[in-house]
Amino acid sequence: MAQSTSTATTMTGAQLLVASLEQVGVDVVFGIPGGAILPAYDPLYDSRVRHILVRHEQGAGHAAEGYAVATGRVGVCIATSGPGATNLVTPLGDAYMDSVPMVAITGQVNSAFIGTDAFQEADIRGITMPITKHNFLVTHTEDIPLAIKQAFHIASTGRPGPVLVDIAKDALVNSAPFIWPDDVGLPGYRPNVHPHIKQIREAAKLIADSSRPVLYIGGGVVKARAWDELASFVEYTGIPVVTTLMARGVFPDSDELNMGMPGMHGTVAAVGALQKSDLLIAIGTRFDDRVTGRLESFAPEAKVIHADIDPAEISKNRRADLPVVGDAKEVLVELLEAMKRVEMNDITAWHAYLVMLKRRYPTGYDEPDDGTLSPQYVIKRIGEIAGPDTIFAAGVGQHQMWSAHFLPHERPGKWLNSGGAGTMGYCVPAAMGAKVGAPDQVVWGIDGDGCFQMTNQELVTCALNDIPIKIAIINNGVLGMVRQWQTLFYGERYSNTDLHSSRIPDFPKLAEAMGCVGLRAETMDEVDDVINQAMAINDRPVVVEFVVHKDAMVWPMVAAGTSNNDIKIARDMAPAWEEEDL
Amino acid sequence: MNTHTLSVLVANRPGVLARIAGLFSRRGFNIESLTVGPTERDDLSRMTVVVTVDDDLVLEQIVKQLNKLIEVHKILELEQSAVRRELVLVKVRSDVSNRSQIVDTVNLFRGKAVDVGHESITVEATGSREKLDALLEMLAPFGIIELVQSGQVALGRGSKTINDRGRNERRAQG
Repeated sequence: MAQSTSTATTMTGAQLLVASLEQVGVDVVFGIPGGAILPAYDPLYDSRVRHILVRHEQGAGHAAEGYAVATGRVGVCIATSGPGATNLVTPLGDAYMDSVPMVAITGQVNSAFIGTDAFQEADIRGITMPITKHNFLVTHTEDIPLAIKQAFHIASTGRPGPVLVDIAKDALVNSAPFIWPDDVGLPGYRPNVHPHIKQIREAAKLIADSSRPVLYIGGGVVKARAWDELASFVEYTGIPVVTTLMARGVFPDSDELNMGMPGMHGTVAAVGALQKSDLLIAIGTRFDDRVTGRLESFAPEAKVIHADIDPAEISKNRRADLPVVGDAKEVLVELLEAMKRVEMNDITAWHAYLVMLKRRYPTGYDEPDDGTLSPQYVIKRIGEIAGPDTIFAAGVGQHQMWSAHFLPHERPGKWLNSGGAGTMGYCVPAAMGAKVGAPDQVVWGIDGDGCFQMTNQELVTCALNDIPIKIAIINNGVLGMVRQWQTLFYGERYSNTDLHSSRIPDFPKLAEAMGCVGLRAETMDEVDDVINQAMAINDRPVVVEFVVHKDAMVWPMVAAGTSNNDIKIARDMAPAWEEEDL
Repeated sequence: MNTHTLSVLVANRPGVLARIAGLFSRRGFNIESLTVGPTERDDLSRMTVVVTVDDDLVLEQIVKQLNKLIEVHKILELEQSAVRRELVLVKVRSDVSNRSQIVDTVNLFRGKAVDVGHESITVEATGSREKLDALLEMLAPFGIIELVQSGQVALGRGSKTINDRGRNERRAQG
């Protein structure tokens, strides 16, 4: 059992907190101090835990997410009570939607003042209940170690997610013995990691009997770090793969069997693979509306095997014919074993059909004829020059979709973006967190001019803390994705989408002012040059502005609320679905 | 629409009720009644949640989403045969002329008078929803001036308890 009280060192709650963070192996935290959390910052000053002082708590939260995705470990952020804590709401919501393991520690007003509308009081536990996997309010000093142990356990096991620990100031100030609990003590929390063997056998049977199977692979496979197991499974079965936005890179795009990304801006081959399939093998994915389009017409001929570690995702949106609850890695291992004992149908005709779709409808783009830069070209060149070992982060919008299509998604865990929440402003701080977690890797952020202006202040943090990230601003001067919808669905009435950011701000100057190198490219022949310059700079962050054509659109597209069958490859252009040999 | 009764064992800690109520409201699940109270164990509370759903998949979602809450230890869907009770306290307009008539009526339902005054009588009764509805219907002509009802509490019949692993336990695959 736990250490006895008599031999335990008595510490302040603040010291208990820092000792507990050290105990769970935290090496870096992102945060900003303030009144209620101030006691914790004193022992933090002497700790081996590195604290990175950010410029806004939202930056701390996204940095913790970026760190988590890049390392596979729990990201940590710290803020004070009230506005410090509420500034973490967006990253917590983001981490909740994308199942990112993260622990947020917030200071709370003195426990005697809770509920009195005290200065900088906010009920952050109440506020974050719907957007955290779990949260705690700690008002007793001696409860701090267990809360920290539980928080890290909950954040990192089962379906990962954010956990918030709100600690009252008096709990940080008062003293108690440091007793590290042996037992995590969570009787109501038992994630089902091991898939049921009966379900696995049934799944293998369904797969064997199908003639148009497709692996619908989501971010859960990345979270489970199951890319090798996926590769083995695909190699053995030859079943085509689609990788969702959150799963880009978990299976190489260059593989003939990868049909690309499905969904609203998915490839024709990926969308076609789902729509024409007779069996979806969905693993670590949640049938998000951005993937399914109108649910009633999604994959209408397909039976569904749905494997997920979170049973609540199974049959939530699309009814699963065969549910499998378990960790994606174990599911893939067990399923491969089971496949070796069944005889599969010949799926070469299906395979040939999808390869035909892939060849006929590649994701392309037109160069603008007025000599301006095309955003897709810029993103493609960054990918080609930086290479597939680079960690890429994106913001949200058109540049994110182009990044999903045109970057080299060849390696797992190298692609960071805000999928479920669609958080503009994610890119810069997430790239910062990724670089802190993986300092030896090149980190490029592909951001939009709108997104960049939401969180760019963290470049100051990067410049001051030796975090040399590279940010490309794909500057089309407008809120591009919103404008695209206005073009298509609002009669080209561009209400409040023109940011005028081709004039103000001057991005390279802004970058220089924040201690970064600022570069700009406006023509095609400047593109490689500025990318190469950025690649050569490793002692400071670099911001490269690419002034691009503002009318470029993201294609293909399935309009919101319509069927995936109505995918358009360009404005008013639908692919011709060939039905023969199916 | 089908009505289901879920018995939910939860940690006896502040904030648990808010967590569960919040889950129902943000996911758009309908609660017909919710009660919470202590159990034979100090560290656990038991909730009885009556829900109406038009689709069994919704019930499945409710159970799965509840199970995801760290402080929810166990969920049992009670069988139709379970013992279900509600409590009603009702204040009826009454004077000496009709008091005995009201008491007779209440006795028929095995209820009792708990407070009596010159102009009113307060009675209590427990039972199933149907029985209490019938009582209220009988009392209505006298003039119900105030009424308070508890939510439903329920317990399965026989020696089996929520702590046993049973057929009805809803922590299954999928």
